[in-house]
Amino acid sequence: MIAKLLALAGIFGELSLLAVGGGNTVLPEMQRQVVTVHAWMSAADFAALFALAQASPGPNMLVSTLIGWRVAGLGGAIVATLGMILPSSLLSYAVGHLWTRFRDRAWRRRIQSGITPVTVGLVMAAAILLGEATSRTPADMLVTLAVALITTTTRLNPLWLLGAAAILGAAGLV
Amino acid sequence: MRETGPPAAPPSCRALFAGFFSIGISGFGGVLPWARRMIVERRAWLDAAEFTDLLALCQFLPGPNVINLAVVLGSRFRGRRGALAAVGGLLSGPLVIVSILGVLYARFQHAPVVAHAIAAVAAAASGLIVSMALKLARPLLHDVRALGVAALACAALALLHLPLLTTIAVAAPLGLVLARPS
Repeated sequence: MIAKLLALAGIFGELSLLAVGGGNTVLPEMQRQVVTVHAWMSAADFAALFALAQASPGPNMLVSTLIGWRVAGLGGAIVATLGMILPSSLLSYAVGHLWTRFRDRAWRRRIQSGITPVTVGLVMAAAILLGEATSRTPADMLVTLAVALITTTTRLNPLWLLGAAAILGAAGLV
Repeated sequence: MRETGPPAAPPSCRALFAGFFSIGISGFGGVLPWARRMIVERRAWLDAAEFTDLLALCQFLPGPNVINLAVVLGSRFRGRRGALAAVGGLLSGPLVIVSILGVLYARFQHAPVVAHAIAAVAAAASGLIVSMALKLARPLLHDVRALGVAALACAALALLHLPLLTTIAVAAPLGLVLARPS
């Protein structure tokens, strides 16, 4: 149990500091650690927990809470959540005060424009890997594509789409 | 909307907790638009330019952006206790809800109806991430070098299954070297 908690702290602490450009960029690595390296759950289980986090309000990174819970109960949930939040928050706390001093420097803008494409690539990878895990039938894939199309072209609240998918799924239509 | 200058008195820890609580429980699939609505439009803690600047910082720093926002704004107004109040407010509602969903799922996941519903919601959630990737990639379409770096980072993770640290260690310096000065 202690070994699992330490592993969770290590994984999510590292992910917290590697999440350049937001939480979704670390989904591929989270999946790799949880599914491939530690074999705590299947890729489909991982995708289901991510779906629950998406269906809850608030930051999507609360998927770390669900993963911790699944792996090591309440203690695991607490360790994984703190691991995901604490390192980056401490860094933000430390840097927040300095920001106004260097916000207009050219190097900061250069770093930003250099990092942006990396961020985009990481989210693209997250889309591919999650899509692989959730496309168990052609109908599932159709749902993914339809939601992607609707969300890209309209401003519909995603909660409606998740709810519609739940109803279609429960009715056995997809 | 206010006219000029910072508020006469910075918000109390209680106000920070309440404000970020409302952000946390209203944001589905992306909390930042709600953060802007609450911070700039409803409570006028910052003006639009200040918010944009703060957002740039929070996107620049690693970690979930909206949590960084809570930390920086809370500490700017009320120091360490303000940061704790803002983050606590932001996360307490969602943590309770996600835990309830998690417990219900663990209990009923083997019922066929629940299993089918969750599989469909998971497929829809993948669609949300696909859409986010498309929206993020759109501004890069005119920039071949940026697209190349994005494709490289994507392939390293999705095709080669390399660790994230390795991927960033290679792709980030490449992105910096190739970046167009903006």
